Amino acid sequence: MKILVCISQVPDTSTKIMLKDNDTAVNSQGTTYIINPYDEWYALIRALELKESVVATDVHLITVGKADTEPVIRKALALGGDQALRIDADSIDPYQTANYIAEYAKTVGYDLVLCGKESIDYNNGSVGVMIAELLDADYIGFATNIQVEGTIATVKREIEGGEETDVVNFPVVIACQKGVAEARIPNMRGIMAARTKPLNVVTPTASAAVTTILSYEMPPAKAGVKMVSPDNMDELVELLHSEAKVI
Amino acid sequence: MNDTEAVKAIKGGEFLIRETPAESVFIPEEWNEEQLMIAETCTNFLAQHVTPNLARIDEQEEGLMPHLMDEAGALGLLGISIPEEYGGFGKDFKTSMLVTEKLGAGHSFSVAFSAHTGIGTLPILYYGTDEQKAKYIPKLASGEWKGAYCLTEPSSGSDANSGKARAKLTDDGKHYILNGQKMWITNAGFADIFTVFAKIDNDENLSAFIVEKTFEGITLNPEEHKMGIKGSSTRQVFFNDCKVPVENLLSERQNGFKIAVNILNLGRIKLGGGTIGASKEVISTAINYANEREQFGRPISKYGAIRYKIAEQAIKTYASESAAYRASENMEQATEHLIETGMDPIKAKLKGTEQYAIEAAIIKVNASETLDYVVDEGVQIYGGMGYSAEAPMDRSYRDSRINRIFEGTNEINRMLTVDMMLKRAMKGELDLMGPAQKVAGELMSIPDFGGSEEETLFSKEKKYIALFKKAVLMVAGSAVQKLMQQLGKEQEVLMNLADMLIELYVAESTQLRVEKLVGMRGEEACKEQLDIMRVYINDAAEKIFKSGKEAINSFADGDERRMMMMGLKRFTKTEDFNTTQARRNIAAKLIEENKYCF
Repeated sequence: MKILVCISQVPDTSTKIMLKDNDTAVNSQGTTYIINPYDEWYALIRALELKESVVATDVHLITVGKADTEPVIRKALALGGDQALRIDADSIDPYQTANYIAEYAKTVGYDLVLCGKESIDYNNGSVGVMIAELLDADYIGFATNIQVEGTIATVKREIEGGEETDVVNFPVVIACQKGVAEARIPNMRGIMAARTKPLNVVTPTASAAVTTILSYEMPPAKAGVKMVSPDNMDELVELLHSEAKVI
Repeated sequence: MNDTEAVKAIKGGEFLIRETPAESVFIPEEWNEEQLMIAETCTNFLAQHVTPNLARIDEQEEGLMPHLMDEAGALGLLGISIPEEYGGFGKDFKTSMLVTEKLGAGHSFSVAFSAHTGIGTLPILYYGTDEQKAKYIPKLASGEWKGAYCLTEPSSGSDANSGKARAKLTDDGKHYILNGQKMWITNAGFADIFTVFAKIDNDENLSAFIVEKTFEGITLNPEEHKMGIKGSSTRQVFFNDCKVPVENLLSERQNGFKIAVNILNLGRIKLGGGTIGASKEVISTAINYANEREQFGRPISKYGAIRYKIAEQAIKTYASESAAYRASENMEQATEHLIETGMDPIKAKLKGTEQYAIEAAIIKVNASETLDYVVDEGVQIYGGMGYSAEAPMDRSYRDSRINRIFEGTNEINRMLTVDMMLKRAMKGELDLMGPAQKVAGELMSIPDFGGSEEETLFSKEKKYIALFKKAVLMVAGSAVQKLMQQLGKEQEVLMNLADMLIELYVAESTQLRVEKLVGMRGEEACKEQLDIMRVYINDAAEKIFKSGKEAINSFADGDERRMMMMGLKRFTKTEDFNTTQARRNIAAKLIEENKYCF
């Protein structure tokens, strides 16, 4: 069984996002990047667990990005995985990214494609489902548990107010979230091995982006907390009504 | 560089008489991708396993510390610099310093870690026979066995060679019978292997033994009640007719003191690394609090008094770090050079480290005192909450204090700094007399007011540092001449000289780091680092002046004193500089980033 894990590079959660070019682009200067936590903690680790339990034979990693994404993909290799592929393109358009990944995935024929439920920068949550469509594979989102037997995956997924269990045949694309696996810390052996694992780079065939970003906006500054005395319920009701407009 | 130059470039202590090119120093901004990954593993390890459990660790919950050591072992962090043939990862010295730095923020855990990987493992790795290494090192590298080091006794601390522990060979020649009492033994509560120092019969010098916990006759006192590092196991260890097989003698008979000293050289610089990591963590915590805590309607980070403290914490830490990694690189280069000349790698490592024993002692003193400053002001920034045991500064404040005491007190290390420098001069390894005499001659001549050379970004600071060297050479040269054999007993003068040397080395290291960094990133991207350098050098001039003045006034008088004081003023004179604005700039960056960010 071959697994492909999609790895996305995202800004570290403590990064202060700055804009440039009249708010039409994000200023990446001085930004520290990490592996998208949903990709790392859940998708990648579950793939590694499947390989460790001899269910999977190969775990390949894939990212879409320029050369500056290599430290992040090598960190993913330090956690595990046999080899990585970087599609040499700068894309923030989900359809374009999905197209690049699907185009490559078709050439290998993966049984399972795992990704995070969303990336924590743009939060589109749509690359996985688009890959499934392009590969003509099934798709399960918001997965919290993945079990594999033969060519069948049994997947628990979060649904509104509860949980659903799906049984699907390979090939399948699964977008993972909390519950699928436990985060790991790369160990010294993995870090040293990452240096020698293959990290191939391919130039994609042209695929146009279908979205254009017109401008970015910073969220409004958080308003301060207004304290209301517990003895003054009338004031609280008035504020909830006239200011917060929730009642 | 040809061979002769290479040899010339790798001498320890030479910073006093030679100029170091900025491009030759290693700076932390040069960590490679793999090293940064290792550092991140350490940070994540602390965040996941240690920091959430600090209270349980301090309560010495049964089995917790050894369990954490096992976890660190599973990640490979206990075998970073151990050769691969013994189950380690064979990483260079700088990488092991980086790991020590990152784990330095781990309070008692970092003490257990450092004791195990340093004094608990290295004596066997460096001095053990092939059989001893094969038997013990892989288990120490994986953490399966934990290590401890038994040198100090109730009556022998700084004077380590005066220990009363004794070993006697049995009649059949198969065992040593070990008797003695060892004190302040880190990791004693869970250690499997003890490296024990004792004299055989009536030897003049110590010998060292590898003692397994399972050997008969070992008992432990209960845990010591300590001011800080409460989670670190510290016990007395008693050896009562403990039978140690003869093959467990480490190195040769009477070689123990040399082992202890050489291991301490490494331990000192490593301690410096650990305290730098702790400083960074405390600064980040303090900045975060200053940004959150509001008084008079504004976060306290908006107030100049708090900004001063934050900036000063960062300046001292950045400077210490510059010195620590400069020396680490030098140790590594010296070792590599000796290996190239055909020396056995382990001998080369010891010799290369010993070459920079002066710098190691400087870093130990400077970095541990920096941490004490940082935690003290950390408590102050927290205000009333700083004094509460509910807030993090309480633990940081108490845990910091030991660093000025263990691995040789800072007083012993200050004396060693001067003593080693002078001994090298006596042996002809370091030409201090020539330059010192030249400076003495300069005192009689018309001062060079400079001004002819072209002003560049670092020309002023480079000139100050060259003059600081003259100040140290003048005072030290004169002290040696005047006090001769008495100098060793004039401990106050030795402290003054050491303080001058420390300030000089740290100031120069900071200047070299910033110069190299500007070369890599450009001036605009290094504005705060330039301010750090300028403030540090400005203050170093005053400290060097004060120490020099105290020393001169203690041993010189009359015209000689007047002339030396004139010289000292000239050598420590700096142009007026607005340190207040510079500190504001540095603090503004730290506050914006909400963490230590240099």
